[in-house]
Amino acid sequence: MKLLIKGGKLVNPEKQLLEKADVLVENGVITAMESSLSERDAEVVEAGGKLVCPGLIDMHVHLREPGFEHKETIATGTMAAARGGFTAVACMPNTNPVADNAPVIRFILDRAAAEGTVKVYPIGAITKGSKGKEITEMADLKAAGAVAVSDDGVPVHDAGVMRRAMQYASMLGLTVISHCEDKSLVAEGVMHQGYQSTVLGLPGMPAEAEEVMVARDIILAEATGCRVHIAHISTAGAVELVRQAKKRGVKVTCEVTPHHFTLTDQAVNGYDTNTKVNPPLRTAADVAAVKQGLADGTIDVIATDHAPHTVDEKEVEYQYAPFGLVGLETAVGLVFTELVDTGILTVPEAVAKLSTNPARIMAVPGGRLAVGEQADITIIDPEALEKVDPGSFAGKGKNTPFAGRKLKGLPVMTIVKGKIVMKDRRVTVSSV
Amino acid sequence: MGLQSKHMLGLQHTPAQDILTILDTAGAMKDIIRRDIKKVPTLRGRTVVTLFYENSTRTKTSFDLAGKYLSADTVGLSASSSSVRKGESLIDTARTVEAMGADVLVIRHPAAGAAEIVADNVRCSVINAGDGIHEHPTQALLDMFTIREYKGDFSGLKAAIIGDILHSRVARSNIWGLTKLGAEVSVAGPATLLPPEIEKMGVKVCTRVEEALAGADVVNVLRIQLERQKQALFPSLREYSRLYGINRERLGLAKEDAIVMHPGPLNRGVEIVKEVADSARSVINEQVTNGVAVRMALLYLLTGGEAVETAD
Ligand SMILES: [Zn+2]
Ligand SMILES: [Zn+2]
Repeated sequence: MKLLIKGGKLVNPEKQLLEKADVLVENGVITAMESSLSERDAEVVEAGGKLVCPGLIDMHVHLREPGFEHKETIATGTMAAARGGFTAVACMPNTNPVADNAPVIRFILDRAAAEGTVKVYPIGAITKGSKGKEITEMADLKAAGAVAVSDDGVPVHDAGVMRRAMQYASMLGLTVISHCEDKSLVAEGVMHQGYQSTVLGLPGMPAEAEEVMVARDIILAEATGCRVHIAHISTAGAVELVRQAKKRGVKVTCEVTPHHFTLTDQAVNGYDTNTKVNPPLRTAADVAAVKQGLADGTIDVIATDHAPHTVDEKEVEYQYAPFGLVGLETAVGLVFTELVDTGILTVPEAVAKLSTNPARIMAVPGGRLAVGEQADITIIDPEALEKVDPGSFAGKGKNTPFAGRKLKGLPVMTIVKGKIVMKDRRVTVSSV
Repeated sequence: MGLQSKHMLGLQHTPAQDILTILDTAGAMKDIIRRDIKKVPTLRGRTVVTLFYENSTRTKTSFDLAGKYLSADTVGLSASSSSVRKGESLIDTARTVEAMGADVLVIRHPAAGAAEIVADNVRCSVINAGDGIHEHPTQALLDMFTIREYKGDFSGLKAAIIGDILHSRVARSNIWGLTKLGAEVSVAGPATLLPPEIEKMGVKVCTRVEEALAGADVVNVLRIQLERQKQALFPSLREYSRLYGINRERLGLAKEDAIVMHPGPLNRGVEIVKEVADSARSVINEQVTNGVAVRMALLYLLTGGEAVETAD
């Protein structure tokens, strides 16, 4: 099977430039990248005016399987990924059972092989049951296919346990992904603590709750030499802590979600539970700091923290609703609308944060277009316009705070291992 | 002229003119309460349903009486009764109540925003009778009605709200209402019971109660929930009382004719001493009567009644 992508602009994040060239894909591998290629028996993809990017990788999603299949499954979550322009996702271990042992990792990989539309990289738990007490059999997890470890959602509270986890993970070359939240400072909080929480009468989650743990984990990373990746950074103080740590040479990286660079706690007005997310939507000053962090390279990755829930689960009182929103199908549009169109990031910088950097941090293939590489390719039309319609989402979760929002710059084709899985905003295959 | 909104969800978004309309109408309603036969046929054939997810005999009784004095049919559903149970969602319950023919739905709920969620999902009028620590507009309206009875006007009036501001929906609603009508509001309480950035609501924030009391025309003392001490938000009731309790000496810092208010029920000897609560400065009992009048006014206006000017 041959595929010829003609007339597009190739995005090469490593070189910071766009070059016009055609791409030939044969048997799932890129075999040529030159201008004016022609191939008689290839399926031709016209990409004039479009951006041909290395396949996008979302290193933070919740696929909910096993255990919460009513919210999302590996089949539906990877379809959402395909529609969102992602050729691979890394899934968090807070499933039921928790992905704290090799059989669960293997189960996820088997399901992904059987039913997945895009590649799936499982992330293992840091502690058994994510209970924060005993570290997991990380060598076994890694051997089974885990690409990193994290207790996302239930952060390791005990600093001694976290230190041992980092020592051990470091020995195995595994990155520790830390959801930074000191639960003792958050208590019953459901939104950012500040003027808005005061007015709305909702218990607040102070910025310090995130920053205290970012500081702790940076210090522990420095002491242990472990590579630490801060998940969904959201406050100005946390960005500054990472910036300073990087200057000192600490092996720390971090990610931000599209909702954290787009929305503020003002969005909670009206008690729309689709704005309830952890970490919470912060202030305008935090959004500005996060954008600065993206621009100056402090923030390495854009990841969605895709967290599907059912309508019934979300259609309740704000305080009772679960945290989380879906992000896979709006991420690229938000990156282009909020960051690229506004000049905060160049196209290669944006693609680096959506592809090259997550591949590097998790040590997985991809992140660049080159002859001999597997053909994971995302084609983005920077001029395409769309109004977000949750009804058109391929994933089960419709819990987005962006319904009705106009986006400019959208993925129009997703190619995984040389196979077109999304074309013109529609998922074209489903292995279910 | 009626009200701009068909609901009363809070005072943050209620225009000053609507607040004045309600207070004016409440004046006329109070005349009805003073009569021997406290019943007018105004709301005959209308149904008021109270949906209470939190116990509050006072507020519920006040709404029940308000409805009865206006000849409305009033029905109460409480969290213990079968129709309001865990498992059925708030929205489903509210829709069911509406389907039974409610014209006005009065809701009390422990979660902030509950009244707004209900209002977004039903066609009848919704009155927020307290939602979490967000708002309690009818309490603030009755407080304001009482203040106006004694002080005449709000502009330039100095009001002090004392106590657990963090967990107080009464404080929030009072702040919105009073500042809209030109009063100067100070809040005072321990630092651990002051909500973040509350000064942006347009109030002066004090941790020393004396500062808030100085020159005050109105002293509104909030109930201190005993469970807050158990959550270790302040060290002891003894110390709270020593630092914030309203006694005769502290009240001396306020204006000579200052009135003392309390939303009730009182913890005598904790946030307020008996001799102040029972003194001539206390208008706490008047607040209770005014609560019925204000709720009558709201039921009347929300069901399409025209504003009534107070006779005097
Ligand atoms: Zn997380
Ligand atoms: Zn997450």
